[in-house]
Amino acid sequence: MRLLRMKPGHGEVLIAEGDVEIAEQELELIEAFRAQLDQGMWAAVPVVAPDGRRQAELVRAFDEIPRDADRVIFFPRAAGGR
Amino acid sequence: MLAALGVCAVVAVVLVWDVVAPELKPQLARWRAHLATGWGEEVAAYDPGRERRAEQRARELLRSCVDEEDWEMYRDLGFLRVWGSDGSGTGAGHGVAPYAYLIYPHKPIVAYVPRSSRLLSEYCVDFPDHERPFGSGRLPPSDDVLAKWMALTADERRLIENANLHLAGRQLDPDVVRSDIAALSRWERERQRRRDASSLPAT
Repeated sequence: MRLLRMKPGHGEVLIAEGDVEIAEQELELIEAFRAQLDQGMWAAVPVVAPDGRRQAELVRAFDEIPRDADRVIFFPRAAGGR
Repeated sequence: MLAALGVCAVVAVVLVWDVVAPELKPQLARWRAHLATGWGEEVAAYDPGRERRAEQRARELLRSCVDEEDWEMYRDLGFLRVWGSDGSGTGAGHGVAPYAYLIYPHKPIVAYVPRSSRLLSEYCVDFPDHERPFGSGRLPPSDDVLAKWMALTADERRLIENANLHLAGRQLDPDVVRSDIAALSRWERERQRRRDASSLPAT
């Protein structure tokens, strides 16, 4: 699983990468995941809906991420614009 | 008499300040920030090559997340359409949802009625990165589109609640949006025509 974060002036940045089936790596992923949420990021997982369409799921905790997800994308939380 | 005029003047100043303060305060804050960091630093920090590379990465990420048809729509037309889900049950699907959204990079999301092309409203939403790497909090354009797409497809209500709602036409020219909707219809018909042609058995 890869944790990616959108960055101004950069595009996506790799935050962490690991295998959720390996306890040590999963812990590192959980730590990195929480750090991003603490920084005010939203976390989304790209998924395929039952009708075959692609969509995203917003996750608020690491255990909400599907175990087979290959990436989680962090982006700044939405704010009302002008 | 003079005292009365003085009181009137003070009241007028206070009222005017109430009106202009919300507009002036962000500009004053920016001006102070510029004084603190120096104007030249910001100019030096802007690198068009870096912005172009960032946008290229963002386009690849967007392409890897959305359906092929949506990617081609964005590539060809410069915006994405997302079907609304409220009011028609979940998984409304193609062409049957009572409303849809157009997602433009760094512009408001536009809600409209696909059957009539009637514009409903503009949802102004940003994804500001307060760390401001390279001096800017703005995501690359395609990352902005992907962030809107992810938030809309994952939790439409949450995104809409975070946005500022305005009547259609506040920022985007309604005629331009309607011509985009017409272009989208033409684009879909042409795509369907090509698909039908390619599925015909060879004679």
